[in-house]
Amino acid sequence: MQLYRLLLRVYPSSFRNEYGTEMQRLFAERRAGATLARRMALTLEAVGDAVRTAPAIHLDLLKQDVRYAARTLSRTPGFAVTAIAVTALGIGAITSVFSIADRVLLRPLPFNNSGELVQVWERAPGYPQLEPSPLNYRDWRAIQSVFEGIGAHTAVTLNMIREEPEQLAGAAVTADIFPLLGVQPALGRYFLPAEDQAGAAGTVVISDRLWRREFGGDPNVIGTHVRLDPDDYVIIGVMPAGFYYPDRETQLWTAMRFTPSSFADRDNNHLSVVARLKPGVTLDQARGQMDAITASLEKTYPKENENTRATVRALGDQVSRQSRLLLRVLLGASVCVLLIACTNLASLLLTRFIARRREITVRAALGAGRERIVRQLLTETLLLSTLGGIAGIAIATFATPLLARLVPTTLPVADATVLDLRVLIFAAGLTTLTGLLFGVVPALRVWRGADVSGLREAQRAAIGGRRERLRGGLVVAQVTASILLLVSAGLMMRALLRVQSIDPGFKTENVLTMRTSMPDGKYSSTAARVQFYDRVVYGVSALPGVVSAAYISGAPMVMRGGIWAIEMPGLTTSGSDADVHTASLRFVTPGYFRTLGIPMRSGRDVARSDTFDSLNVAVVSASFANRYWPSGDAIGRTFKYAFFDRVIVGVVGDVQVRGLERISEPQVYIPSAQVPDGWLPFFRPKDLLIKTSSDPMSLAPAVRRIIRGIDSQVPISSVRTMEDIVGLDTAARQTQIRVLALFAAVSLLLAAVGIHGLLSFTVSQRRQEIGVRMALGARPATVLRMVLRESAVLAAAGGAFGMMLAYAAGRAFQAILAGVQPGDLPTFLIAAAVVVITTLVGSIVPALRAVRIDPTTALR
Amino acid sequence: MTFSQDEVDALLPLPPATFHILIALADGDRHGYAVIQDIAARTGGEVRLSAGTLYRSIQRMQEQGLIAETRHRPAPNEDDERRRYYALTAFGNAVAHAEARRLTQLVKMAKASGFVPERA
Repeated sequence: MQLYRLLLRVYPSSFRNEYGTEMQRLFAERRAGATLARRMALTLEAVGDAVRTAPAIHLDLLKQDVRYAARTLSRTPGFAVTAIAVTALGIGAITSVFSIADRVLLRPLPFNNSGELVQVWERAPGYPQLEPSPLNYRDWRAIQSVFEGIGAHTAVTLNMIREEPEQLAGAAVTADIFPLLGVQPALGRYFLPAEDQAGAAGTVVISDRLWRREFGGDPNVIGTHVRLDPDDYVIIGVMPAGFYYPDRETQLWTAMRFTPSSFADRDNNHLSVVARLKPGVTLDQARGQMDAITASLEKTYPKENENTRATVRALGDQVSRQSRLLLRVLLGASVCVLLIACTNLASLLLTRFIARRREITVRAALGAGRERIVRQLLTETLLLSTLGGIAGIAIATFATPLLARLVPTTLPVADATVLDLRVLIFAAGLTTLTGLLFGVVPALRVWRGADVSGLREAQRAAIGGRRERLRGGLVVAQVTASILLLVSAGLMMRALLRVQSIDPGFKTENVLTMRTSMPDGKYSSTAARVQFYDRVVYGVSALPGVVSAAYISGAPMVMRGGIWAIEMPGLTTSGSDADVHTASLRFVTPGYFRTLGIPMRSGRDVARSDTFDSLNVAVVSASFANRYWPSGDAIGRTFKYAFFDRVIVGVVGDVQVRGLERISEPQVYIPSAQVPDGWLPFFRPKDLLIKTSSDPMSLAPAVRRIIRGIDSQVPISSVRTMEDIVGLDTAARQTQIRVLALFAAVSLLLAAVGIHGLLSFTVSQRRQEIGVRMALGARPATVLRMVLRESAVLAAAGGAFGMMLAYAAGRAFQAILAGVQPGDLPTFLIAAAVVVITTLVGSIVPALRAVRIDPTTALR
Repeated sequence: MTFSQDEVDALLPLPPATFHILIALADGDRHGYAVIQDIAARTGGEVRLSAGTLYRSIQRMQEQGLIAETRHRPAPNEDDERRRYYALTAFGNAVAHAEARRLTQLVKMAKASGFVPERA
């Protein structure tokens, strides 16, 4: 019998209480007078019965509770919707932001043992990370003993000609790159060592994306011939989906061919070098050896390798400080949102519990089992959490792609981010826990002590007081977090405005840009290219609406690097950063300065008459002229640059070549014709810029037709406006600010709701007291002050905490504030004003309700 | 108590245990053990509800309003003070009728198809 009673415990206690005695009796009756064997059979049968029916009964109860919870919640839709929205917001915010941040900041790169991968740079005064030259790379490779493998690659742009010519970003890689990364091709093979030798047949490995897009995912693609102008290549491999290297844009890989000319000049800096550390070798040991190797190379080549050392950095460590900080700020903000969501949920549930306390106490007093009521509350909380969680996943799914702009394009990872399941579970768990803590735990206390206490008014008021303090604390926390978010968003906004107000040095309005990459064979001679530029510029200029057009090696903020050392009698390279003499090198056609609105300070523009046979000339930027000829007589001076002595014929305004927030080198512009055939291919003009008098994009089709008419084999890509290009420079900031501002707005709204809820409750609790005061002659203003004082105290406390935290946070991310001070007064004043407004908005309804209390009814 | 035909139809078809319990309560109010015994007797011992099945059904049937616990005891001499007695409600009665009709129709159709041997 004892056993049977024990067995009954598997049933829900409400069921047990109702039918347990009956079932025991039933069991006893059947057992009476039975033989031992029969008794044992009966016991076994009872166990079987319980195993079968208990889960079913639990399920019945759950269904019933869910129905009941859904009914109760639908009776208070305001509460239900708010609670679900708050939960969803908290879960959605942190999940989407963390999913992005995880990819950029935490997760190892998607390569085998990616912690062992390093990038090796040359280091020279002023240039902590300089692309190594093939000669130095060859020597490092021969001498080093710390790396298991070392390989090089360089970016190439290839024109793939199928039906239409198309320009593709690619990389020329040495044969050891893929084995080094530890990634196997999905189809075919990767390069054999013989294939990166000069004269080998052209082979190419393509990305999964290109394979699907251009070859329809054909599994027999291996062996296909494809024309990558000017040569034919054979596809030998397809890399797996999700493989991006060295960056997200790279679509195909060819074998790097070093020719004797590659090794002609030790200053021919253009390689990216990656290596894998030998097992057990630390980064510092590798740095030590590379320093020793480069020091000995300096002894051998004192001129070319003067002060040249090596920088060794983990491959995963190349995300810029700005990208990191932008994301960290957002991560912090999303944690704030989650906490606000939890405090809000807590305060909502607490209010609800106080409102239902009487109902629950009455039901308990009437004999409803504690388990039954707790079970119902539990179901209700879990139902809210589940609905909130589902809505949260929806928000995160929607929001994550919008945040993808925060993933730097230089990272070898996909920008399409998948939701992070761990964070999702963590956030859902946290909100559920909050729900349980504030939705169910208070109910449990009803049974502690005298059951009927809740029925007594005095007791209720006392308990109400304690809860009120707790809720007051929650409101303070909400205001604190809102201010923190508000000030952070404000600071970032000011920083953006400051960055946007930086003069790029050129006019962005009404400029159309596009890239026309000219295939090597036909256009390796300078004359052929110059003729092409002339014809395009001539044709385009004839279009109605075109003011001027010109070609340049690379538009500002598109081509950011491309620098060259300046040589002049008397210039020394002492090795200190202040003694760096470089300028960004650009070849241009006449009219470039006019097209971009770069002011001509003195002298003249480059001209069509500046040919290879005439005097080598250059136009320099003002900072260049001022640095070397401070007295202002730069025109007519000569300096050696890009292999030749060049005479300065003009001085123009400076341009932010590297972007609004970065320091750019002075600029030197050289006429496009003044370069020997086949030299400096990297600097060949390929970006066409067109100044228009109306909407620039509307001219794009006509421009395309003109270029097609001149040479249909030249691919046209990156058609966009100069405004887009400059806008892209602040895109990550803008995305971040939008999210921050949204977070701040939502948290303010929640804070207002919190204040409103708390005050409404106190006013309803103090109805009688207020009524008495008014009956005794208190004026409405006095009552109003009394109510507002409460919200003012909470808002002031939250505001003060929030501003202190915000100042600390601002100092932590000062590096991305573009010179805005973390204690920026206007931002803090506005934030303070917003808090006052929020408090007023939250208080207004309950305060008016208090004033309108009619003493006669309140006292009845 | 009023109820619509829709409410009745919504419960059909009835789980076998539910229908058996309704039949057992048709003669008069009974307590749980009596229901089990009654069903066993009617079916020649073929259907013997377990305690769990019985009370799970009773709980659900009470919620659905098919039966009710009754204060009205059958006969003083049979009454056992401490037991819970259950009675058919008007709604339960209607549902039992509807289920019986449904089954009759079904059997008719089965007969027409030759599934049921005609009694000799």
